[in-house]
Amino acid sequence: MATTPNATTPAELGWSPQALLRRMRGADEIAHLITFIAAATLLLITVLLVFQLWVHSAEARAKFGWTFFVTRTWDPVAGDFGALPFIYGTLVTSAVALVIAVPLGVGAAIFLAELAPPKLSSSLTFVSDLLAAVPSVIYGLLGVFLLVPLMRKTVQPALKSTLGFLPLFKGPTYGIGFLTAGIVLAIMVVPFVLSVSREVLLAVPRDQREAALALGATKWESTWKVVVPAARIGIFGSVFLALARALGETMAVTMVVGNNPMISASLFSPGYSIAAVLANEFSEATGNLYLSALIELGLVLFLLTFVLNGLARLLILVTTARGSGVLPS
Amino acid sequence: MDSAFPLMANSGAAAASSSAKIAAHTPAMTTPGASTLRMKVTKLNFYYGKNHALHNVSMDVATNRVTAMIGPSGCGKSTLLRTLNRMHETLRHTRLEGEITLDGVNILTLDVTRLRRMVGMVFQKPNPFPKSIYENVAYGLRINGHKGRLDDAVEKSLRRAALWDEVKDKLHKSAYALSGGQQQRLCIARALAVDPEVLLLDEPCSALDPVNTAKIEELLFELKPSCTLVIVTHNMQQAARVSDSTAFMLNGELIEFSPTGTMFTTPSDPRTEAYITGRFG
Repeated sequence: MATTPNATTPAELGWSPQALLRRMRGADEIAHLITFIAAATLLLITVLLVFQLWVHSAEARAKFGWTFFVTRTWDPVAGDFGALPFIYGTLVTSAVALVIAVPLGVGAAIFLAELAPPKLSSSLTFVSDLLAAVPSVIYGLLGVFLLVPLMRKTVQPALKSTLGFLPLFKGPTYGIGFLTAGIVLAIMVVPFVLSVSREVLLAVPRDQREAALALGATKWESTWKVVVPAARIGIFGSVFLALARALGETMAVTMVVGNNPMISASLFSPGYSIAAVLANEFSEATGNLYLSALIELGLVLFLLTFVLNGLARLLILVTTARGSGVLPS
Repeated sequence: MDSAFPLMANSGAAAASSSAKIAAHTPAMTTPGASTLRMKVTKLNFYYGKNHALHNVSMDVATNRVTAMIGPSGCGKSTLLRTLNRMHETLRHTRLEGEITLDGVNILTLDVTRLRRMVGMVFQKPNPFPKSIYENVAYGLRINGHKGRLDDAVEKSLRRAALWDEVKDKLHKSAYALSGGQQQRLCIARALAVDPEVLLLDEPCSALDPVNTAKIEELLFELKPSCTLVIVTHNMQQAARVSDSTAFMLNGELIEFSPTGTMFTTPSDPRTEAYITGRFG
């Protein structure tokens, strides 16, 4: 593992201390070993994580089986647990977040990378990077004190009166709920989309832009039809990063989502997410089954992230292979 | 000294240049030896910020001829080339004084996208888009709202760039699968697709091996009847082989501009002689 086959003669191979030392002498071997350990640690942590979640959720898995995924009740008193409302809440809030954050983040990235004067671009990027570093509880407070009243009094009534014919915008306007949680998440993930997208747009070689401009393309045609497509794999990457963050976000969501395990088509309705229920109920989970069900929810969140990322990667492969006849290089 | 129609209004300019364009694609109408002027540079001064990059440069670009620009690195030959289709405007803090005309019309009065369709460009390093061969050639046609069959136009451009036979069976494969020389000819095909009157080539062979260089040079000969060519090269033998007239530049000044035969046999300026005999640069 830590040696390259041609580094030593067969006689020197072996695991005796001398042989090992001899092989370690070259800086290549040491660097290889250290970086290998670093990479292996990551894998080990992941495996341990899944293993622990799996073992400690044994009781809930044995009791509910696959019905855990489709059961809508969450009743700790009766000992009846189902994951569906939490999966639903996690997916809906993340979807709302991406629908808002992706156009906003990618649009801003295009402006900062292609159109804005360099000074404005670097100062705005600094602000965006700053936003990415704000702790999520601060965003939660922003949501509670600013966004929730605003949603209740202004935004949700306005949506209801204009788009109220859609099931998405029906029902009482509490202020808290899926929509508000999604908006808070969107605010939180925009800096990620922006920052990564801007980097990949800037990394598109200058000669690509010049080739388009020299053909008589306008600045916008060169940006939209050459630079953005060339950067699209990286832009997808920024969206995955945002998705992963949105799926797992705990604090800010739990402060504005309503913490009520409901499944409702209306975005105005209060709901719950997996991460939020884990944070809220873990410390007061009495009884082994309750605890075990919560841990199984953790496993579900892990799987959800895993599956969605896998699907997204598949999407890239398919669109790249079909879209242009060019494989990512 | 002044261009023929210095104060020509834009609408008149459009008519003049489109009729000139028809003439350009009818080689019989331009008699050899008595060629007309396609572009004219008059007293051009160019600045990158405070750096005075071109000093009072005046030169003519003859129709359906190859004009070469030579000189040591940093002499301003590429800068001069890039002013001809206003590519310098993609950089900040540049300033241009003097006049450049295309068919008698000041290029600064033209819409820049229209100018660049008439004055195409090929770059030093092959820079195909990460798309298929077909889409690379079709790109310029698409953004310019091409009427008619795209397939025919793509084939015609690839034939003009002497690439058709090599790629006709893999038009929908990635352009990156081609060799460097093929990629550069693809870039030429892409530039030719929008049917430019003038094609600017910025050291187009500097990244290529001798075989591919020879192919590009041969291609320039074939393009001459239908297109006016301006080539920047650091290779004096190349200038001698392909061009009809040559400009020698040094430190932002145009030292000598004469027919290529004269330039390489009896240069009038001692600095030109020093350069072409290899004493510097």
